Amino acid sequence: MSDPVIDIEDLTFAWKQGPQVLHIPAFRVEAGERVFLRGPSGSGKSTLLGLIAGVLAPQTGRIRVLGEDMRALSPSRRDRLRADHVGVIFQMFNLVPYLSVTGNVLLPLRFSPARRKAAGSDATSEACRLLARLGLDDPSLLQRRVSDLSVGQQQRVAAARALIGAPRLIIADEPTSALDADARDRFIALLSEEVTRTGASLLFVSHDASLAPLFTRAVDLAAINQASSGANHRAGVHA
Amino acid sequence: MTALFSLAWASLLNRKGSIILTIVAVALSVALFLGVEKARSGAREGFGNTISGTDLIIGAPTGSVNLLLYSVFRMGGATAEVSWPTYQKIAAREDIAWTVPIALGDSHLGYRVMGTNLDYFKHYKFGGGQALTFAEGQPFDDLFDAVIGSEVARELGYTLDTPLTLSHGLGAADLGSGHENRPFRIAGILKPTGTPVDRTVHVSLEAITAIHVGWETGAKNPLADTIPEEMIRSFDLTPKTVTAIFAGLERKGTILTTRRAINTNRGEPLMAIIPGEALAELWNVTSVAERALLAVSAFVIAVGLVSILTSILSSLNERRREMSILRATGARPGHIFVLLVLEAGLVGFLGAVLGIALVHGLIAVFAPMLQAQYGVAFSMGAPGLVDLAVLGAVTLASLLIGAIPALTAMRRSLADGLSVRL
Repeated sequence: MSDPVIDIEDLTFAWKQGPQVLHIPAFRVEAGERVFLRGPSGSGKSTLLGLIAGVLAPQTGRIRVLGEDMRALSPSRRDRLRADHVGVIFQMFNLVPYLSVTGNVLLPLRFSPARRKAAGSDATSEACRLLARLGLDDPSLLQRRVSDLSVGQQQRVAAARALIGAPRLIIADEPTSALDADARDRFIALLSEEVTRTGASLLFVSHDASLAPLFTRAVDLAAINQASSGANHRAGVHA
Repeated sequence: MTALFSLAWASLLNRKGSIILTIVAVALSVALFLGVEKARSGAREGFGNTISGTDLIIGAPTGSVNLLLYSVFRMGGATAEVSWPTYQKIAAREDIAWTVPIALGDSHLGYRVMGTNLDYFKHYKFGGGQALTFAEGQPFDDLFDAVIGSEVARELGYTLDTPLTLSHGLGAADLGSGHENRPFRIAGILKPTGTPVDRTVHVSLEAITAIHVGWETGAKNPLADTIPEEMIRSFDLTPKTVTAIFAGLERKGTILTTRRAINTNRGEPLMAIIPGEALAELWNVTSVAERALLAVSAFVIAVGLVSILTSILSSLNERRREMSILRATGARPGHIFVLLVLEAGLVGFLGAVLGIALVHGLIAVFAPMLQAQYGVAFSMGAPGLVDLAVLGAVTLASLLIGAIPALTAMRRSLADGLSVRL
């Protein structure tokens, strides 16, 4: 894996008729890296994650994810790339309310044959194994409605979902901001451990700079984004 | 696809409460439509089965539908009668094989009384050629014998030899103004036919004459009841008029010429109708109402379908986050579209299935009652082509209507990207 997982050059992005939100001359994440990206809300980090995940298309510049030129790919090819190789964890409310805990963990396998294959023939026990590694090994927990789980438990279910089927890139968007300090540190430790074990790369975004030492590298979005004025303009609209 | 199907199913289960209401709304609309359709085809079939084997019905000139209605269906009344000599002339025609004269006008507790002769039991056929058969007893033998239809027997609890009296006209008459002094004896009870025969009291033509002795002015002579029965029996009781005549031809090929000959009869004006033709004319009249009813119930189905649209559209806002999660875990916009279309289709399908089950259940429970009360024969048994067609049409329409919220959700999910908004 010599290719960088994320390779951005001269990337710009603006919302429709809005000012420029992002202008990133260069940003790379190497394979196996666990990168901490710090940025306050409204700094354009959600937009950047959208571009990396392939749900948004950049206007100019180059963004390569796992060696694929995102600008050259059709929207459906970008969707396929995300389904097969990218796991996403949100800030909160990560789970589909009408699916069970394991149903949520297995969700990506419905959309990606590649990850279905990677998860092995018995996907359910793979899901249970991941949940157990993340500290959710109580069988009674698996029977509960996902909305009855604590926020910390929900976030770990979301982490298991992002990890299943061995994606090569995990994107986490403020996954710990709703957790208390104890739960937060444990969550990051467990996530890091699993990411390291599978060899995936992790892009972890948060406004909380105190988390930076927990990762292999820390980057300040303000330092790499030269379109800061526009970003602030969007604050509150697109947090 | 199967992955999305189970997702759609789980999503519907999650919103059981409102989804069940929507399914019930669709089911009721489908049940209404099918109920109307089944009543319509049942009524047609019932009417069509009422008379068979009779080539011509002859009566005094009137509308052909009217003649059919009063002679066969015991609905409405005749405005004029056919004289006995004219009847005899028709009966004697060479091209006519048999005739059955009938006389209407009296009633018994709301059931019509029909005077006829014994040929009626031989020649009157229903439901594609079935003859009348007796459950008990036999055709009338004595002057004051009556043969009752199965419903008359069942509803009034009559058995053989029960005495009954007739009233003059069709309404419930005041005591003393009818035929109370001329009691009849039940000689026979017919098996059920599913036709107006079940609701008819049959007596001989002579009996009709006999009970009207003393009624020559059109109203009851106060002395009418004083004439003893023995004296009446000694009178010449040949009827003066009949209301209508059922006729069978020697050869079916002459039907049009025979009809023409009767219609242009010199002397007493007559009218001959072909039952099937008059029935078709009747359907022409009723089909406007039928189509209006069907159209209304089709609109009710449309309302049911709109309720699917409403319930899914109104859930979209609270499901925005769910859509983003699906997108983030690899769902393409097409998946979102198919998911919502499937949900709408499932609701429509389940509603239609429930509606069909409902209508068949109701028919199973109420068909005997409807048959008895209104003579509408609902075809029972397994769901038929109409049910399948409605099931298919409703499911297809729900899938199509599901495209509206599906497109909305797809567009939104594209705009939202991964940023899950609250």
